[in-house]
Amino acid sequence: MAYGEKVMDHYENPRNVGVLDKDAKNVGTGMVGAPACGDVMRLQIQVDDDGIIEEAKFKTYGCGSAIASSSLLTEWVKGKTLDEAAAIKNSDIAEELALPPVKVHCSVLAEDAIKAAISDIKNKA
Amino acid sequence: MTTPIYMDYSATTPVDKRVADKMMQYLTMDGDFGNPASNSHYYGWQADEAVKKARQQVADLIGADAKEIVWTSGATESNNLAIKGIAHFYHKKGKHIITLKTEHKAVLDTCRQLEREGYEVTYLDPMSNGLLDINVLKAAMRDDTILVSIMHVNNEIGVIQDIEAIGNLCREHKIFFHVDAAQSAGKVAINLAELPVDLMSFSAHKIYGPKGMGALYVQRKPRVRLEAQMHGGGHERGMRSGTLATHQIVGMGEAFAIANEQMDEENIRIRALRDRLLAGFDGMEEVVINGDMDARIPGNLNISFNYVEGESLMMAINDVAVSSGSACTSASLEPSYVLRALGLTDELAHSSIRFTIGRYTTEQDVDKAIALVREKVEKLRDLSPLWDMFKEGIDLSKVEWTAH
Repeated sequence: MAYGEKVMDHYENPRNVGVLDKDAKNVGTGMVGAPACGDVMRLQIQVDDDGIIEEAKFKTYGCGSAIASSSLLTEWVKGKTLDEAAAIKNSDIAEELALPPVKVHCSVLAEDAIKAAISDIKNKA
Repeated sequence: MTTPIYMDYSATTPVDKRVADKMMQYLTMDGDFGNPASNSHYYGWQADEAVKKARQQVADLIGADAKEIVWTSGATESNNLAIKGIAHFYHKKGKHIITLKTEHKAVLDTCRQLEREGYEVTYLDPMSNGLLDINVLKAAMRDDTILVSIMHVNNEIGVIQDIEAIGNLCREHKIFFHVDAAQSAGKVAINLAELPVDLMSFSAHKIYGPKGMGALYVQRKPRVRLEAQMHGGGHERGMRSGTLATHQIVGMGEAFAIANEQMDEENIRIRALRDRLLAGFDGMEEVVINGDMDARIPGNLNISFNYVEGESLMMAINDVAVSSGSACTSASLEPSYVLRALGLTDELAHSSIRFTIGRYTTEQDVDKAIALVREKVEKLRDLSPLWDMFKEGIDLSKVEWTAH
């Protein structure tokens, strides 16, 4: 499948790859997907005292679109409040990356990942 | 732009220059463009001569009589003609067919169609190495079984079935035996004069001939009858009507003749390259070869790099053209049914890459592929949460995933 430029850019130079301390109180972790389905995303966010996402990291097992979707998401959530981050829609990601219809589920997974990370951090509070 | 290294010879092969040169002599006004069925003039005779020669060239590679070759548009049509042709002609003898779960879709979907027509089909499981256990086949045979269809060489994992043993068993039980040999001709010696095979499908484009061209071997002694699927002018002894595509046929003949000449030495060269490729992955962790390594054609290496998704690896090594069993490369989003039939976990199937090496692959190509794969697998594992978990000693099969 031929990918668009933005997917290739994120795929070749993924932003914010890494791991945050999942046990820290101000870190939320969202792990979604399943190996059997061919994609697993782990998205982590760290909030500062004002409730702003100051750091975001990801690791993704999956196709190029899945990697690009999670990479893009980490860029977008930084500097946002949890509520603002929760408002990000999969369609925004799909549109930004110009994902073909067969790859839209990758952006859905990214939306699920940020929601899961937010709910993890809220559960800790 | 430099083009990627081609390592997908099981998908298709480039037409050999010698083949293309021959084909071009049968197209234009100054060539032999006639209709081989025009038996009243020079142009027809010339084309008919060319078709005759090609028929002999194809027959020579496989130890058949030229009269046993029926031209088709490719192995898909050959498989359809063989399976539907037998089923429809001999339906009064029985309506049960046996095949293998790892067959090509051209066989499996043809069988599905026959099921809709009221036939019964048994789809056998291969062993975990991809080979068929002859006892499993024996147990599936019934009094109303009319046909067994088993491929010679699998397109994804390259394993070679023991068609002699399978054929002998079919003969004992008086069951017709069809073999899809699209991936084996020119790579594995075939002698139909001795092999107990009734029908065999061939393709031209897998052996450096043109696409859109194939053949079906239909045994004459004892005679195997088929109900035609394509009706018309009664070409090919009524089994497959349609004006013969002289240039395509000449191309297939030439490709088979070249294979006949070069197969032995080519196999040695290609095997050495494949072994070099495999050796290049030595020392990498969590690498699994899919399919039996001994009963396998020389040019195939199907290998899973665990915890790395196949499509993303293909993207990462886009200087090498390969294929993958990953779901993401298929429209259905299902991982390879062939690898699943071997009992591979979904994640290993998702992580598989098929390298197929051929006539124009060089040592430099192989070395470049090795270096790229090693670099990119490491990069993608650094990106993979599953690799982290594996390194932490977490058993992934025990994790509760949120399947989507």
